[in-house]
Amino acid sequence: MAGRSRLALLLAHLVLLAGVAIMVLPVYVAFVASTHPGADFLSGGVGLIPGTRFMENYRLALLDGSSTAGIPPVGPMLWNSLVMALVIALGKIAISLLSAFAVCYFRFPFRAAAFWLIFITLMLPVEVRILPTFEVVAHLGLLNSYAGLTVPLIASATATFLFRQVFMTIPDELTEAALVDGAGPLTFFWTILLPLSRTNIAALFVILFLYGWNQYLWPLLVTTDTSYYTVVMGLRRLVSAAGEADPVWHLVMATAILAMLPPVLVIALMQRLFVRGLTETEK
Amino acid sequence: MQAKRVTFPGRLVPYLLLAPQVGVTLVFFLWPAGRALLSSLYAQDAFGLSETFVGLANFAALFRDPAYLEAVGVSFVFAACVTFLAMGLGLVFAAAADAVGKASGLYQLLLVWPYAVAPAVAGVLWLFMFDPSMGIVARALKAAGIPWNHFLDGGQALALVIVAAAWKQVSYNFLFFYAGLRSIPTGAIEAAALDGAGPLQRFRHIVLPLLAPTTFFLLVVNLTYAFFDTFGIIHATTGGGPGRATTILVYKVFRDGFEGLDLGGSAAQSVVLLAIVVALTALQFRHIERRVNY
Repeated sequence: MAGRSRLALLLAHLVLLAGVAIMVLPVYVAFVASTHPGADFLSGGVGLIPGTRFMENYRLALLDGSSTAGIPPVGPMLWNSLVMALVIALGKIAISLLSAFAVCYFRFPFRAAAFWLIFITLMLPVEVRILPTFEVVAHLGLLNSYAGLTVPLIASATATFLFRQVFMTIPDELTEAALVDGAGPLTFFWTILLPLSRTNIAALFVILFLYGWNQYLWPLLVTTDTSYYTVVMGLRRLVSAAGEADPVWHLVMATAILAMLPPVLVIALMQRLFVRGLTETEK
Repeated sequence: MQAKRVTFPGRLVPYLLLAPQVGVTLVFFLWPAGRALLSSLYAQDAFGLSETFVGLANFAALFRDPAYLEAVGVSFVFAACVTFLAMGLGLVFAAAADAVGKASGLYQLLLVWPYAVAPAVAGVLWLFMFDPSMGIVARALKAAGIPWNHFLDGGQALALVIVAAAWKQVSYNFLFFYAGLRSIPTGAIEAAALDGAGPLQRFRHIVLPLLAPTTFFLLVVNLTYAFFDTFGIIHATTGGGPGRATTILVYKVFRDGFEGLDLGGSAAQSVVLLAIVVALTALQFRHIERRVNY
């Protein structure tokens, strides 16, 4: 193209390299810190060269935690995060598929009202109704349970809209054929709609998995029992412990790396689906 | 709102299909939001035993409270800086990736993955980078003659959470700006180049106007992110301090509700936040309508 000189190309590469450096540096520093013995932090920084305690530190963080600093092990927290992320992602997809199916393929009184009711959830993030939502969950006896961690978050207007859009593009001839063959709505849903929405479901799953894994405020509210802590929210406990006399920064950073590893892997391995999910849900 | 032309018969089935979604919405969204609206109009005694209707007094008290006004100010500074930094860097990287062209695949992956990092984790990473005694950034700043201690200096604490919040959001803006740049027809740019417009002029007069819809959309998304999704960053790093230097609105509503136990005041704060969300969502939908009209 006219005007695209070698110099401009070089400049573009330099800008991108600088960008990558900004993105990678904090994580690299955290990784380096997670491979040094705790005592190294007493004498100041640990620099940019990895230490030799990789295995020991991660084993300690995963299985034992630090009883002197009051830190629970990370292993169970990772499990809780996984359960929370999977239940939220699959739950949101399941109930949104069903409600999109209902508003697209049936005519019934209050159809528009139901649609608007679902729409309203877009405007009510947890952050704006913290206290009363907490009270409802407490009254239902759901504090410190997987149900309390997940069910209040699985309503999804975005997913419902997305599936409605997908369903609206599916030819009516398929429905007519199903009606002629005497197939019921559930058979149609299961054998026609689900397979046709497969890619959309997968793309949405990636986004919702990240959403569920990265929840912070909600687990903070509904869990007081450390055995229900999720890793993203439990990390804070470690940070406050790291400020105390006993230096545990190596465990904090090992935990931070473990907390970001699963979602980063999901993006790296499913980049195409991720980009697709992101552009489909956010518009 | 349209349905399909051909639909299934059935009276009960659609309600059963809708039941889970509507149930969760009613119990965990509408009911609590209604409660927040109601209790913002009442004053409660310290033990929560009695309530008196006070009309808009909670709101009046809120907007006379210097601590609340300070949180409003901090939120706006925080949101403006995060949005500007994250969108600016996202645009610069996207323009560079667009210039590099096909070979930019690996760059893209390396720039996009921080989207997966939870805000709270991003906060902890940068907390360590800026740690006054160990952090490499803090030490570099000290060597450059800028003593760094975000535990004591409110401005520096705010800078820390801004950097952490923006860092995590750059990848999102990069992705959308990059997609926007790819969709600009090369013909328009080449024509300008033939007319003698330099790279900067072409960017300013052709590319930026064509990116306006993307920019507007990202502006709303970034403001929403900065206002509502950054709770974890504040809570995991500065805890709103030192003093009230990093207390943004969502952090204050949490702290007043759960630690201060000021129910009416906290509810009034929730209602104000609700108004902000509604405004931002309305903006976002205006954008969608405009795009549909194109």
